[in-house]
Amino acid sequence: MEPLAWGAILATVLRLFLPVWIALIATYALSIAFKRRLGLYGKLFDSTVGMIGFGFVMFWVFTALFAPMIETRDVLSQISQMKNVVPGTPIPDGSGHYLFGGDNLGRDVFSRMVAGSRIVIQIAPLATMFAFMVGVTLGLPAGYYGGFFDTGLSFLANLVLAFPVILLFYLLVTPEIVQTGLPQYIAVVLFILPLLFLLLLINSRYYVTPGFRNIVIAAVLVIGGWAYLSLVSEADTKIAVLPQALDLIHVPANILIVFVSVVFVNAPTVFRIVRGIVLDIKTRDYVSAAQTRGERPWYIMLWEILPNARGPLIVDFCLRIGYTTILLGTLGFFGLGLSPESPDWGSTINAGRKLLTIAPWPALVPAIALMSLVLGLNLLADGLREESLKD
Amino acid sequence: MLKFLIRRLAAMIFTALCITFVVFYLTNLPPNLEKVAKSEAGSRISDEEVQSWLEKNGHAQPLLKRYGEWLGVVPGWTRTDEAGAVTGRCIRPKTDPAEAPHYCGILQGDWGFSTVFREDVSKIIATRLGLTGLLMFWVMVTMVPLSLLIGVLAGMREGSRLDRTLSTFSIASTATPEYVSGVILIVVFASKLVGLQWFKGSANSAMDGLTFENFALPVATIVLYGTGYIARMTRASMTEVMTAQYIRTARLKGVSFASVVVKHALRNALIAPFTVIMLQFPWLLNGVVIVETLFNYKGFGWTLVSAAGNNDIQLLLGCSVVAVLVVLVTQLISDIGYVFLNPRIRIS
Repeated sequence: MEPLAWGAILATVLRLFLPVWIALIATYALSIAFKRRLGLYGKLFDSTVGMIGFGFVMFWVFTALFAPMIETRDVLSQISQMKNVVPGTPIPDGSGHYLFGGDNLGRDVFSRMVAGSRIVIQIAPLATMFAFMVGVTLGLPAGYYGGFFDTGLSFLANLVLAFPVILLFYLLVTPEIVQTGLPQYIAVVLFILPLLFLLLLINSRYYVTPGFRNIVIAAVLVIGGWAYLSLVSEADTKIAVLPQALDLIHVPANILIVFVSVVFVNAPTVFRIVRGIVLDIKTRDYVSAAQTRGERPWYIMLWEILPNARGPLIVDFCLRIGYTTILLGTLGFFGLGLSPESPDWGSTINAGRKLLTIAPWPALVPAIALMSLVLGLNLLADGLREESLKD
Repeated sequence: MLKFLIRRLAAMIFTALCITFVVFYLTNLPPNLEKVAKSEAGSRISDEEVQSWLEKNGHAQPLLKRYGEWLGVVPGWTRTDEAGAVTGRCIRPKTDPAEAPHYCGILQGDWGFSTVFREDVSKIIATRLGLTGLLMFWVMVTMVPLSLLIGVLAGMREGSRLDRTLSTFSIASTATPEYVSGVILIVVFASKLVGLQWFKGSANSAMDGLTFENFALPVATIVLYGTGYIARMTRASMTEVMTAQYIRTARLKGVSFASVVVKHALRNALIAPFTVIMLQFPWLLNGVVIVETLFNYKGFGWTLVSAAGNNDIQLLLGCSVVAVLVVLVTQLISDIGYVFLNPRIRIS
């Protein structure tokens, strides 16, 4: 087979991404058609910047979703003749081309980039969500009650924030630390807070209808409790509380530690933001009205203050997913946590950087992918901020 | 003011103690110490031999005592073996035990001995910090004026085309972490592929002699990521100032726009960015670690990475102390500076 020229590479890549284009067009058509009925999400389509950002983000979300359809090669299969080849080189057995070239082990850079999007899209939003639930659950009472509780938590948050991030990663994400089970202990503490958040949310809402409340709380407790125990307990480690048969969520130790450390780094900042907003909102009239009505503190915090703090929190959420993506890339760049075989973008950049001046493709492709995702998230946040300020 | 200073200082020292204790605990976990024992006394030694090596070298004591010794507030351990020879934490090999000091820790200036570089930690850190200081200096010299200029230009006429262009640039800059911009810069300016080859893709030679050719890319990489954030903060502060009453008054009096910006707005608009720039230091530390690894510039960040990678406990502890101090001191300076710059804030 003939090597492909730049135009042909571009055409092939565009064709491979066909499912993504279809999904993107469908999303945009539906969203724009119904944008007046979709609240803040619909208003996003009034802002050009927000629409561009949303496009970038959704491109990678759909790529992650359709990754098995887009990949042309297995991400780990190596062909020794294809080491560091230029983009568009045909595979010797005639089964296609290496569209974005080959890396130093002769693997397909294009397929690895596509597969890498899966890891990022799976971990980054989820980790950010956990960080938010931890930050909100602790930040609301800290801002609302103040006092000793607030002082203590703020001190702890400042303590974590004063840690240089890379040092923290190097200390937490090492095989020795994983051996001691410390990340799992942190997971035990961090992951109970989202469960607590859900329970408080439901309890404060349905407190006046105890029958219904008890059923819902019991259901959440059983499902959430099982998910929590299943998440933190892992066979043959320090924490193996659930029997094997019930332990259905298996998170490999190295992924769990990456997840935990990213949540750990992000949660204090969210805590500070939430605390600051609560300090501002709790002086408003509607909070005093609720207090006079005799509402309980958690109802006021979760159903009066939190909904009114959603604007800045949603914007920060988008920005923070981008920041988490950068952190994940940093971890990969230093070879921490994820296995060196893993196709995630940070690890691929790390593997490719040694030969940068001779064969730039293996590092350049994931670098641009990561940049476009983070740029998309930042633009999306900017668009959201602009639109939410218009209210 | 004095009371505020003392309170802040006390909080800072307490924070520093807490953080160093956590770092000490994490670096001195049993598996780490076991690895040190194996690398010092031979990799094939049995578990009992590991244990006896740890006891001989004072690693088997309670954690708090070891932390105290390392800090220099608890007397260093001493030990007399069967032959009557005295060894101890503060006793250097081939010196008289009687003359050795009782305390030897960070506070006494004894930072320990690096097991990888075979040199005193304080010496290593001093040289490496010098190299990083040079990098930081050039980064600051480029980044601060550039980002302030972008922020002020973007913020003086909110919503104008200039504002939109510069704001987009700032967003793009914050979305490009160092390991991405570094890779792109090397490919564009240093690889055979593009063919420009204006600069060198490695800053290794910059440690002996600094030239524009070998230092431009590392500096540019850090500057690119940091600029966006400071520029956005400056822009936000500038737009706020530009809507203030006294700016309108000045305009109505007939003062020219350029004069309003330079004489009236700028001074007040630069208070917030000052804090941001100070708080940017810890961030730069991150960038420095990445850039020094990417460009193979053997400064502080590179040392931190190699210490962590090689389980060099004493060196890693030393690096952490420096890193944490940098963070805390910049926080303190930004707090105090903010109070000085902004007359609206009163400390009671």
